[in-house]
Amino acid sequence: MVYPAIVLVRTSLARYSITGRHQGWVGLGNYARLLGQEALPTVVSNTIVWVLTIVAVTLVLSLGLAQLLNARFPGRNVVRWTLIVPWAASLIVTSKLFVWIYDYYFGILNGALVGLGVLGGPVDWLGNDRTVMSAMIAVGVFVSLPFTTYVLLAGLATIPNDVHEAARVDGASPWRAYRSVTLPLLKPALLVATALNVIYVFNSFPIVWTLNDRNPGFAHDTMITYMYKIAFRSGLRDVGLAAAVGVVNVALILVAVAAYLRTVNWRDAEA
Amino acid sequence: MAEPHVARRRALTVAGVLLSVSVLAPYLVMLLTALKPDAELRITPPRLFPVSWRVTNFLDVVSDPEFRAWLRSSLVVASASTAIVLLAATPAAYYTARHRFPGRAAFLFLVLVTQMFAPTTLVVGLYREFFELSLVNTYTALILTNAAFNLAFAIWILRAFFASIPRELEEAAAVDGCGRVRTLCSIVLPLARPALVTATIFAFIAAWNEYIVALTLMTDPDKRPLTVGITTYVTAYVQHWNHLFAASVIAIVPVVLLFALIERHLVTGLTAGGVK
Repeated sequence: MVYPAIVLVRTSLARYSITGRHQGWVGLGNYARLLGQEALPTVVSNTIVWVLTIVAVTLVLSLGLAQLLNARFPGRNVVRWTLIVPWAASLIVTSKLFVWIYDYYFGILNGALVGLGVLGGPVDWLGNDRTVMSAMIAVGVFVSLPFTTYVLLAGLATIPNDVHEAARVDGASPWRAYRSVTLPLLKPALLVATALNVIYVFNSFPIVWTLNDRNPGFAHDTMITYMYKIAFRSGLRDVGLAAAVGVVNVALILVAVAAYLRTVNWRDAEA
Repeated sequence: MAEPHVARRRALTVAGVLLSVSVLAPYLVMLLTALKPDAELRITPPRLFPVSWRVTNFLDVVSDPEFRAWLRSSLVVASASTAIVLLAATPAAYYTARHRFPGRAAFLFLVLVTQMFAPTTLVVGLYREFFELSLVNTYTALILTNAAFNLAFAIWILRAFFASIPRELEEAAAVDGCGRVRTLCSIVLPLARPALVTATIFAFIAAWNEYIVALTLMTDPDKRPLTVGITTYVTAYVQHWNHLFAASVIAIVPVVLLFALIERHLVTGLTAGGVK
């Protein structure tokens, strides 16, 4: 675990041939070159949009879902169980599945929307610069919902029932009770869900890799797929430069981890 | 009083059914596509259900020697890495649950941090590391990587469980003349079975679903695991969506079933003390 991180830093300080041969140390040269990359501003802004939108939408939807799945109704366990499927299925399978669903000619999404008259003609969801990011974000939200909902459900389970009853006795409307009683008590679970989602979504690779596969260049890449393309796919094949991106990514995650640990106060939780 | 109550339950049930349907809908498309003959993949406008149901797609996939090779790779990698995780995590978790030692907090902290790092972030470093060790394209590299990244979850979940087992039980065993190892094997481990099952299933599924490291390290087509292998059913040159999804169904059904077994313990393990 620690060793690959060391190798990563070391690699970021050297230059490599496209076959992977070490060609001497360049100090911070790779980082300087990274700052000069034309695609960098696009990739950074893509990453910010990717992480913020997915995490925000996921949290809002999951709050609703957790509330629903916390209530008692017949078949609740079956519904909870179905929610597991996108979580357990491998991301690459789900990503490929959505490539097919979004397909311009044969995808069921265009078929359904055109059939229902919502769209006048098919949309090239994954080929059109204006729709590809939203299409990918939708999949990102879809696969993040189960975990987030489960964390919030665990949070809801810790709230004692008498609190709700007290609010009802005091005459609070359901919405008011939710806002001033449930939400504040749910804060620890929300913070954990937010922090972990930020980390997971930032690290997410298969969705962008698969859905953005057809599009050339880096116009819709996040930091992670950008790094991967530089190292292994694009004409660059520049392991040193990719390692520099990797080190930046590690640093960003460390910041998120530090924020996470502060919020959960893990030393207390342990006792 | 009873009337609004019934209405509420009914509304909740409807909402629940809608949720289930929307979550499962994409996977239903997957299953139905897996059952279509080749010709029906290219119909406009697309149809949801196959006209002629071709169940033999599943047989085609299962009898495909390439699919069998991928399946074997996935089984080898997931089983071996799970075994390593259990062998390493059990003593580590037991020791940290029962003993206070200098550096214990730092150790647990490090374990927690590793959980935040998907191999994705470090994949360039991992590639260089295995390149220098000449382990690119070997099961060893993939097994070690999966084991390393799944260790954290296993240690946390086992540690929490070991800590909840009363010490008195072990002291009683010691009075009866059991040694440390015997106590661990015949008292503690049987009690910790739920946690062991959770850790095992989690480690297995995580390795089974792993994609990026396998994509990077396993360039030899025969050694690819399922996640990487099945994507070759659909490339720029061939588009066997039905085979891709038949293989996907085979790959995810057992995983979903296993996952359902450990669902309630997952949140505890993954949030590591955050939600209590």
